[in-house]
Amino acid sequence: MKQDIGQRDSSPQTQKKPTKKTAEPDTEFVTVYIMGKAYKVPAGSTIMGAIEYAGYQIKRGAGCREGFCGACATVYRLPGDFKIYTGLACTTLVQDGMWLAQLPAIPPKKAIYDLEKLKPTVETFQLLYPEIFRCVACATCTKACPQDLEVMDYIQAAKRGDIEMVMDLSFDCLCCGLCAIRCPAEIVQFNVGLLARRLYGRYLNKKSQHLEERIKEIEEHKYDAEYEKLMKMSREELKKLYYERDME
Amino acid sequence: MYPEYMKPSLDKVAQTRAKRFELAKSGKPVFPPMSAEEREDVLQKFHPDYKPDARRKVRVGPNKGELLTAEVADLLESHSRIDPKKFDLSQPDYETDILIIGGGGGGCAAAIEAMRNGAKSIISTKLRLGDANSMMSQGGMQAADMPQDSPTRHYLDAMGGGHFDNKPELVRALTEDGPKIVKWLEELGVVWDKLPDGTMQVLHGGGTSRKRMHSCRDYTGAIIMRTLMDEVRNHPDMIEVLEFMPTVELLLDENGQCAGGILYNMETEEYFTVRAKATIIATGGFGRLHIRGFDTTNHYGATGDGLIMAYRAGANLLYMDSVQYHPTGAVYPEQIAGFLITEKIRGAGGQPVNKDGELFVFPREPRDVEAAAIIRECIGRKNGVTTQSGRVGIWLDSPLIEMLQGEGYIKKQFPAMFRQFNRYGIDITKEPMLIFPTLHYQNGGIEINDKAETSIPGLYVAGEASGGVHGRNRLMGNSVLDYNVFGRRAGFNAANYVQKVKLGKLTLEHVLKYEQELKEAGIETDRIAPVLLPLYTPEAVRKRQLTAHYEGTLR
Ligand SMILES: Cc1cc2nc3c(=O)[nH]c(=O)nc-3n(C[C@H](O)[C@H](O)[C@H](O)COP(=O)(O)OP(=O)(O)OC[C@H]3O[C@@H](n4cnc5c(N)ncnc54)[C@H](O)[C@@H]3O)c2cc1C
Ligand code: SF4
Ligand code: SF4
Ligand code: FES
Repeated sequence: MKQDIGQRDSSPQTQKKPTKKTAEPDTEFVTVYIMGKAYKVPAGSTIMGAIEYAGYQIKRGAGCREGFCGACATVYRLPGDFKIYTGLACTTLVQDGMWLAQLPAIPPKKAIYDLEKLKPTVETFQLLYPEIFRCVACATCTKACPQDLEVMDYIQAAKRGDIEMVMDLSFDCLCCGLCAIRCPAEIVQFNVGLLARRLYGRYLNKKSQHLEERIKEIEEHKYDAEYEKLMKMSREELKKLYYERDME
Repeated sequence: MYPEYMKPSLDKVAQTRAKRFELAKSGKPVFPPMSAEEREDVLQKFHPDYKPDARRKVRVGPNKGELLTAEVADLLESHSRIDPKKFDLSQPDYETDILIIGGGGGGCAAAIEAMRNGAKSIISTKLRLGDANSMMSQGGMQAADMPQDSPTRHYLDAMGGGHFDNKPELVRALTEDGPKIVKWLEELGVVWDKLPDGTMQVLHGGGTSRKRMHSCRDYTGAIIMRTLMDEVRNHPDMIEVLEFMPTVELLLDENGQCAGGILYNMETEEYFTVRAKATIIATGGFGRLHIRGFDTTNHYGATGDGLIMAYRAGANLLYMDSVQYHPTGAVYPEQIAGFLITEKIRGAGGQPVNKDGELFVFPREPRDVEAAAIIRECIGRKNGVTTQSGRVGIWLDSPLIEMLQGEGYIKKQFPAMFRQFNRYGIDITKEPMLIFPTLHYQNGGIEINDKAETSIPGLYVAGEASGGVHGRNRLMGNSVLDYNVFGRRAGFNAANYVQKVKLGKLTLEHVLKYEQELKEAGIETDRIAPVLLPLYTPEAVRKRQLTAHYEGTLR
């Protein structure tokens, strides 16, 4: 078998990576049920670490591995508890007896639109995501959100056309889809939030005068001469200029 | 929560805080910035790139004989995933104007710009669209749009940060396009942080002489990336997205023009041919090669694939002897080791202090210098805090930010960071973070000019995969700008190029020739590349993976 590179075991500071190595002798273990199969994994692992420790090569279900991309939506149950929990595999720690499954993908519904033709008003939501008006205010989405966002509140704000509030409340949304998969009204919350943020950025965020002025200066070639001078300078000349430059 | 044994050191940090607060408020540098000589000295002695075994000569290809980062040389001296003889190139499975390899920020920006200039494209990407380093940038994007700043000043800062090795034409493109990119993104709906009157809210970054870091709280990358993705998805007629379908080799035509690539469906394990009049590589960086065993901040698919594909096709690499270690990666808790602590924390006034709570470096030296100084403090001077698992780090004092910027600032400006630590019971508004440098960025890459062209006609490169923009050290905020500037330039120039180009017969001859070259250089290896995904299966499991032959679908 050909072997892939991308695997180095020497470490800069005798580091131990729980997901990459056999654990230390004194490591405590817990049992997790990955899609129903029991594996012993080091206590304190993230779900993602545990899946890899068990021997899976993840294809779907990992992206950034740091809580930004939402690729790793996971559902789980805990022993003696009737509830279904949701979390991100890359940031949620395993617990003894946890039964877990990653969601490889969540069927999306995304409106296709031309931002230039939209208005930052409630009509846009009525047109593109009319299902938000079916929201029954059950707060299941809010409970499901691994980012602890007020998901229901931003859907309510969208219904009122309060775009600034949707933008603000949905700002940290990872589009993981866990809210959408739990929603009894079949709403795709994260795409509603994304639309609102784009509307806000495009139409409602106050314009920056200095930005327009600078672009105009550049278009009028104000900096050409200085660029040409700098680009011709020797390393020594540049160095001198650099170390003497003043700081804001 | 921090363990008991860290308490004494934490107490010292708290004790020196008031004094350091006064210092910060005085407006003077809190620690003397290093001179050119001091920088050189600490780099030589402590930067991982300068270790004797960090580099080795590559024995094949366009850069043959050049000293490169050892892991990069390994990557280049490896076999193809495919046997070119098995491919029938006369009937391509897909045809398009532009094949864009990599669905991160650079790839999406290129697709949008190409579309706006009338060219159709296919985005081949390894994971999902947007599962990319671009999704993760927290700190922000540099652009010289403030009145007290200028694009030429930005130019000087970038050149100095890159130790003057940057290609001037690229730095001019980067800095001159900066303000236009801010506007372009805003028109696409990016929500920039602003003051109530519309003035951009800007901060310092390492190596900047003016405040020009633009941000979207600390989800800058996520906001930009999702905006670009959403726009890509608004044009299904012009841009086709193929997820979990990485490209593994480039195709050339009989005249040496780039003509598309071979794609691999990671789920069905099939290969597909794409014939394209132009090709843009936007595959990002190589953090998942874990250079020198370092933890990394990079996303799961950052394995330097673009480098090897372009290299086999004959493209030249630039500055692949330097690696960026971000000064501040998390050390504790273990589960987030290597995760990025954005430089913006220092931009907002957070200070690096040693186990005694003392400052030992100016907080905003260029990244390589700052990282080397932190390694010196930990390993050279033994002034770090060692964790139970044997990692060592120094403190990044975040509570100071709340004192300097006002209460509530962290939760508002650094929600991602706050959340990251809060999950483990550490409240960074009250307690500092333990940090050590982490593998972060591929400084060099495939050489381009200011049109994002390579030496191969029809092959463009944008973003982290390219080389020359940042010299041997990138400054924070310049790579988000980079992938937008050169993504757009690649998309624009490729769209114009495809109007004129005529393709001849497709070939994979270059792959066969490269294999031959490996053989002639006496290189015997079972490495294959592109790597696609890192291998995190523990040794104990691998020992039991004893299938004698791989056949059929059961691996
Ligand atoms: C945690 C973190 C924080 C950062 N913070 C900042 C910051 O604050 N400011 C700043 O300026 N920069 C920052 N950076 C750097 C910056 O985000 C990246 O350099 C930049 O986003 C790279 O963009 P890109 O489009 O070139 O690559 P990426 O965004 O990484 O996109 C590359 C894409 O190509 C895909 N791919 C890889 N190989 C293949 C293949 N063979 N076939 C098809 N697809 C492939 C990848 O999966 C990925 O989707 C940060 C980086 C990280 C990791
Ligand atoms: S889960 Fe659906 S129905 Fe319930 S509050 Fe959220 S959006 Fe409304
Ligand atoms: S709002 Fe929905 S998609 Fe966004 S992070 Fe929360 S659960 Fe995930
Ligand atoms: S892998 Fe990106 S959020 Fe978990």
